[in-house]
Amino acid sequence: MSLPNQADEGITFDTFMEGVWRQNPVFVMVLGMCPTLAVTVSAVNGLSMGVATLFVLVSSCLLVSLIRHLVPKEVRIATYIVIIATFVTLVDYLIQAASLALYEALGAFIQLIVVNCIILGRAEAHASKNPPLKAVVNALGMGVGFAIGLLALGGTREILGAGKLFGISLFGEHFQPWVVMVLPPGGFFVLGGWLLLFALFRKKPVTEGGHAHD
Amino acid sequence: MTDSLSQIFIGTLLTNNFVLAMFLGLCPFLGVSSRLGTAFPMGVATTFVMLVASVCAYTLNLLLNTFHLEFLRLISYIVVIASSVQLVEMVMKKYSPALFRALGIFLPLITTNCAVLAVALFQTAREYNFTQSLVFALAGGAGFTLALVLMASLRERLQLANVPTLVQGTALSLILAGLLSLTFMGFAGLGAGE
Repeated sequence: MSLPNQADEGITFDTFMEGVWRQNPVFVMVLGMCPTLAVTVSAVNGLSMGVATLFVLVSSCLLVSLIRHLVPKEVRIATYIVIIATFVTLVDYLIQAASLALYEALGAFIQLIVVNCIILGRAEAHASKNPPLKAVVNALGMGVGFAIGLLALGGTREILGAGKLFGISLFGEHFQPWVVMVLPPGGFFVLGGWLLLFALFRKKPVTEGGHAHD
Repeated sequence: MTDSLSQIFIGTLLTNNFVLAMFLGLCPFLGVSSRLGTAFPMGVATTFVMLVASVCAYTLNLLLNTFHLEFLRLISYIVVIASSVQLVEMVMKKYSPALFRALGIFLPLITTNCAVLAVALFQTAREYNFTQSLVFALAGGAGFTLALVLMASLRERLQLANVPTLVQGTALSLILAGLLSLTFMGFAGLGAGE
């Protein structure tokens, strides 16, 4: 993390990695849960949702950062929301034009990207205070982190629930699909499991430190 | 489109519960559900916003359709929702300051509650008429409140339980939500009768 007086200048590798790892929106901050759980029944759906969100995130952060000196403080949230909604409408039409099957699979959740807390959170907490390039790099990191999270969830649920990954069968004929994993409860269970795994990783240094102290 | 009102109500309240079956409004669901005292008012406030948003969205949609401005739908919906949240906030600040403080940051965040926007979007996509839209919004809000209250009661009990420190926090809440969602799947048969 950079010192406060350096915050305006340095674009470090950490600006990007912050969103991918240390503050991963899915596994660490647990933000933007609704699309995360609803869409991730398969790896493809998860990835496409991740990429769509990435696009909206980067473009809105760029625009927010460019106009950050023009917007009065009182109306900033409303302005950000309108900017985000514009880009989401764009993505909505783009996906509809590119693949109708994907559009139907993602359903209303493309339009619901508007209310994804990650985007508004980044616009408010980072893009409105930083120059365009830094804001874009940071948004890119967050977006990639989110996409990785969705891919991990979607992949896990597809493997467990259908025995496939990206539509390719993994275990042959005799696999008994664990159907509940692609149903709503599975979303909660799989994300809970991933969070447990992350908690376990982060726990380790602390316990070792505790032992040394004892 | 041809669904009867009771079908819409039961279907949205239980079978397709907004939180537990459709994953809408999870942020407040995980954020405000630690105490029963705040969970219920939050649910009621959200329901109210949903009703207002539903009425506004219905009228707006008629207007947009008349002028062929469908591409503005999303933007206008979100502005309407943001304004109605502001309204609820002002009313609550005036008449119940204690509650206003208890809900804190989660009150303005109703704007970014996807359940509210989803009510507006789904009623448009399913071409509900005015009464159907109202019932849909009411049932959606009631379902959200139900899930929130159930979750809050569970978590209040859980505070007394002896849980390994590793599991505490969001992971446990998610597993709990999963179990609750599993229970709600039992209602699936209710919607099938046609």
